[in-house]
Amino acid sequence: MCTLKPSVALVLALAFGSGAALAQTPRLGKPISEADIKAWDIAVMPDGTGLPPGSGTATQGARVFAEKCSGCHGEGGKGSPLAPAPLFGGAPLTSGIETPKTIGNFFGYSTIVFDFVRRAMPFSQPRTLTGDEVYAATAYLLWLNKIIGENDVMDAKTLPQVKMPNRDGFIIRFPDKI
Amino acid sequence: MEPNIRARQELERLEVVAGNGLLNRRAFLRGGAAFAAAVTGYTVAGSAAAEPLKDDPWSLEMGAVTPPLQTPSRFEKHVVRTLSNPNNELRNSHARTPHHLLNGTITPNSMHFSINHSGLPDIDPAKHRLVIHGMVRQPLVFTVESLLRYPMESRMAFVECSGNSAPMFSNQPVQATAQALHGLVSCSEWTGVRLSTLLDEAGIDPKAKWVIAEGADSLALHRSVPMKKALDDAMVGLYQNGERLMPGNGYPMRLLLPGYQGNMNVKFLRRLKLTEGPAMSYYEGKIYSQLLPDGKAYRFHFLQEVKSFITHPSFGLKMNGPGYYEISGIAYSGNGRISRVMVSADGGKTWAQAALQEPVHSKAFARFRAPWRWNGGPAVLQSRAWDEAGNAQPTRAEFVAVRGETKKPVTNLLSFPNQHYNSITSWGIASDGEIKHVYA
Repeated sequence: MCTLKPSVALVLALAFGSGAALAQTPRLGKPISEADIKAWDIAVMPDGTGLPPGSGTATQGARVFAEKCSGCHGEGGKGSPLAPAPLFGGAPLTSGIETPKTIGNFFGYSTIVFDFVRRAMPFSQPRTLTGDEVYAATAYLLWLNKIIGENDVMDAKTLPQVKMPNRDGFIIRFPDKI
Repeated sequence: MEPNIRARQELERLEVVAGNGLLNRRAFLRGGAAFAAAVTGYTVAGSAAAEPLKDDPWSLEMGAVTPPLQTPSRFEKHVVRTLSNPNNELRNSHARTPHHLLNGTITPNSMHFSINHSGLPDIDPAKHRLVIHGMVRQPLVFTVESLLRYPMESRMAFVECSGNSAPMFSNQPVQATAQALHGLVSCSEWTGVRLSTLLDEAGIDPKAKWVIAEGADSLALHRSVPMKKALDDAMVGLYQNGERLMPGNGYPMRLLLPGYQGNMNVKFLRRLKLTEGPAMSYYEGKIYSQLLPDGKAYRFHFLQEVKSFITHPSFGLKMNGPGYYEISGIAYSGNGRISRVMVSADGGKTWAQAALQEPVHSKAFARFRAPWRWNGGPAVLQSRAWDEAGNAQPTRAEFVAVRGETKKPVTNLLSFPNQHYNSITSWGIASDGEIKHVYA
C-alpha cells in the first residue's frame, strides 16, 4: 500500500486540476443583479460609459458653482484658503516638474471632471448634486479653462467628445504591467 | 594590559572595508565575543566609572494594572506619527511613520502611515459590503463575516504612498527627519483572501483587462488595477500584524497590491468592477501621474521601485562622540526581494556591503545593518539598494537627469512637488556630531 499511494494521489491531482481547486472555495458571495448595484456603480469611463441622463451649460453651471462650490473653491474657481489651487489656467507643463496641474493644462479626459464632481463634491455633501447640476458644473469648469463655449450643452453624448488640450501628454510608464 | 586598552586594540584590528571607517558586515559573526568586548571597551573608555547599583522605586512596589489594550511606555510618548491636518479641515490628512525612532522590519499598527483624502469613515463591519460585478458571469456581494470564512494567507508587504520622499525633489536639501522625508511608507504582515479566489467565484469574462476598485469613503475613491496584478498577488486584506485593519489603513477591508502605489491599495474596499479599459479616475489621471521635465507625464506608474534610506544615524538623532555605531536602515522594492544594500560613509566614493536581516521577504522591508567606526571627522552616510530583478536604486545625479528637480527650494515639507522619488538619501555628519540632510 505504501508504494501505490503516491501515484494514486498524483493521478487524482492531474485528473481534477484547477476544477477541483475552484470547487473547494467557499462560494459565500450572494448573487446580486446589476440593477441592485446601480447606486454604487458611478464610475464614468473616458469614452462616456456610465454617464447619467441630464445636461447643462457653463451659464447654468456658473449658478451651481456660486451656490455649491465657491465656498471652498472661491469666486469663479480662483481658490480660497480651504482649497487654494485655482480650478483654471495653469502654467505650461514645461515650466517645471512642480507645475500645478489643472483641468486646462493637465487633465487628459473631460470625464475626469464629471466623475470627480459627481462622486466627491461638494466635499462635505458628496453625491447630492443632480445629473443636470453635475453636467452644468462640469461645463462651467471646462468653459473657465477655455475648452468649450459658454452655451455648449454638455450631456452623455457631447461631454466625451470634448478633446482636452493635454490628451496626448502622457507616457504609460510600465506598459508590460497592463 | 588594561581591559580598555586591549578592547581598543581589538577594535582597531577589525577589518575596515570602505572609506571613513566602514567595517566588514561580518564583524559581528567573526569577531564574536572579542568584537563585543572591543565595542564595549571603546564605548566606556575614558568615561567615569559606573555608579554603584541600587533598587529604584519601581522595583520596590507592585506596578500598575495590566490593561486590556496595551500602549507604549510613557517614556516613549515622543514616538508618534506626525500629522498634516490635525484639526481635520475639509481636505486630506496624512500621518507619517517615525522611522528614525523605530527598528526592525514591521511597522507597529499604531504607527503605520495613513493618508485619508476625506477623513476616516466610521464603518460598521456588520453593514459593510463588497460587490464584484461588471464583466463577470454572476455579480456577487460579500459580507465581512462571509470573507472571514475564506481560506486566508499572510504575507509581508510594504505599502508606500507614491508621494513619499517628495520633499527630495527640492533642488536644495530640506532639513528634515527620515519621518518627514520618508514617513509615507510602512510595512506589515497582512492577512486576507486572495483576490483571484473571489474573482474566480464571480467568473471572469476573458475580455476583462482591468478591475476598478472603489472605497466606501465619502469620496468613493477609485483606482484602476490591471487584471494581471489582480490575478497575481492581490489580496483583500482583513488583518494587519495579526489584528483587524486599523481604520486609517482601511477597516474593515482593503485591497492589497504588494509593491504597487499606495493609493491603488484601495481602503474601505466596497466595489470591484471588471472592465475592458481603465477608468482614468481623478487619482490616476491627475494626482498620481508624474510630470516630467519635458512637460510629458507618466501614467500608470504602478510600481514603487527599489529604494533604501538610513534611519540610524539620521537627521534628528545625536551622535555621542567618536567610536562604534551601527548604520541601519530600510530597503524595499515593488519588484521583489532586496538582493543587496551597499553603504558609504564618504559620500559614495567607496562602498561596503551591508548585512541584510534574514529572512528577506519579497516586496517588504529589509533591514540592513553595517558596523561603522566613526573617527570624529566629517562623514556623509549613504545607502544604495538592488533588487532581485537587477534594478539598482538610482544615484541622485541619475535620478535628477531623468525626473528633474524643483527650480526653487521646497519650503513646505507637506507639499508634493512630484511623485515616485526613489533615489539615495545622504546624511552629512559634522565633527561636532550634528547630522544634516545633504546632497552628495
